[in-house]
Amino acid sequence: MSESDLQPLDGNAAAGLLGEMFWRDMTTATGICAGCGSEGPFAEARLFASAMGSVLRCPHCDNVLLRAARTPRGVWLDMQGFRSLTFTPTPDAN
Amino acid sequence: MTEPPISRGFRSRKPQTEQRDRVPPGQYLTTDFPVLSAGPTPSISVDNWSFALQLGGSLLAKWNWTEFQALPQTDLKTDIHCVTKWSKLDTQWRGVSFDTLLEAAGLSEAPTEYTMLHCDGGYTTNVPVADLKDGMGMVATQYDGLPLAPSHGGPARMLVPHLYFWKSAKWVRRLRFIEKDEAGFWESLGYHIYGDPWREQRYTGD
Ligand SMILES: [Zn+2]
Repeated sequence: MSESDLQPLDGNAAAGLLGEMFWRDMTTATGICAGCGSEGPFAEARLFASAMGSVLRCPHCDNVLLRAARTPRGVWLDMQGFRSLTFTPTPDAN
Repeated sequence: MTEPPISRGFRSRKPQTEQRDRVPPGQYLTTDFPVLSAGPTPSISVDNWSFALQLGGSLLAKWNWTEFQALPQTDLKTDIHCVTKWSKLDTQWRGVSFDTLLEAAGLSEAPTEYTMLHCDGGYTTNVPVADLKDGMGMVATQYDGLPLAPSHGGPARMLVPHLYFWKSAKWVRRLRFIEKDEAGFWESLGYHIYGDPWREQRYTGD
């Protein structure tokens, strides 16, 4: 079955799925760099914070993994430098 | 919205212009030269440096450091305006103007109306040809009589002083002519596609 055989749902239907990922501390995720393919914990990437916005770069190839800027019209986010992010279940802290 | 009160680019202003008339709305004057960067400062040896003009994906011209330094140089004293709200008056630059680059490439005119500037570190910014030609833009290699420091974009940065300073891209390596205007690094992240400080075009939607 190809993707086009699927009946798309309203984007709101993704709320549950997205909520599973974005409620938690994003820095606990593991990411694959779209530039060099290396995989590692989000927290090992290097963040460059400037007055215009923040840029997260791959520690191996300096590829821009994530860009974010806060403007009067909202927060802008670009994560296309990640090929994927993996959110593994976090064991209970206690 | 009033018209910009000063002439643009490299043309000299009337000498009697009041200092406050040279500061765009929402800006304050500084005598420092703050550093704004979204990545590590690349250390580029001039031995490995080159600057290229491209049309889409094809190469129009390319100069190494020695060749670039042999091109006719332009001196410019101008005011600069950062979107983070500082402005600095009477900064002194030397480099090669866009017009000189076209001429050296054997082009009688720019092949398209828009450009994308590509830099070390993956940074890009878009600037219309109309904002580069007739002395309005240059590739600068000196600031205040000295080689441009790496933290300020050395060995070479773009200088388009009549637009917000993020358009004056640091560590510039390629100028690519494009058919249609496209958003560069900051322009695709909520910053204005054109960035005229006199019209306070800081953000998308301004
Ligand atoms: Zn990488």
